[in-house]
Amino acid sequence: MSGASNNITDDELNALILRLGTLLPQLNHGRHGRASPSTTKILKETCSYIRRLQKEVDDLSERLLQCLDSMDITSSDAEFLTNLLQQ
Amino acid sequence: MNNPHHLNPTSLKSRFTTRFLRALTKIRAQKPISSSSPTEIFRRYRRIKVAADKSMAYSVRSRRIWSRAMLWKLRSRSYRRQDPCSGRRSGKTSQAIMKKSSNENTTTRREDGVGFVEEADELRQLVPGGETMNLCNLLDETAHYIKCLTTQVQVMKKIADFYSF
Repeated sequence: MSGASNNITDDELNALILRLGTLLPQLNHGRHGRASPSTTKILKETCSYIRRLQKEVDDLSERLLQCLDSMDITSSDAEFLTNLLQQ
Repeated sequence: MNNPHHLNPTSLKSRFTTRFLRALTKIRAQKPISSSSPTEIFRRYRRIKVAADKSMAYSVRSRRIWSRAMLWKLRSRSYRRQDPCSGRRSGKTSQAIMKKSSNENTTTRREDGVGFVEEADELRQLVPGGETMNLCNLLDETAHYIKCLTTQVQVMKKIADFYSF
């Protein structure tokens, strides 16, 4: 039991790392049947994935900047867009 | 069962979409870009980016360490512009927030004995509020943060496509 100290157990750690691994597209690509990636690899890939996503947010912000003036946002747009996104 | 095509009006995606569009409308109502200097243009870009991050952080209904940290950072930034020292002064608030999130020993040197301390520290820099999280929280918050980031990107892409043709 890890109750005494503040360390998390190996099992807990593995579970958390594994879950993280499932979220990483690069990692799961073409991994069929191979041994599961190491914790270090998963953490490294997590960092580069987050960086990639944050950069995408930056780039998309720039795109929106370009078309902002021509945007005619109506009240029904939010619902319509959400519908599109569900598909 | 879960019907993937059923519209869930309270989903994170729809909350973010609504909030973000509202924010964009406000930004758009300000001076048109054609008469703006490069500084103005950059400021507008910043406003859009902040609106995107802020909208997501607010839409995260389940109170998360990372979203609290992000909101605190965004709020204190607007004060800091007026007074460069205000960032320090509001340190008390940040400590209160951080204390809430790390009820345990925050150093991971001991926990990380297996040798991925560097990678964990790198991750801490990327996840809002990560610096004060213990390893367990960090991994948990990271998973949620990634899900939200992908949602944010997906919605922003859809909006950009929708309004640019």
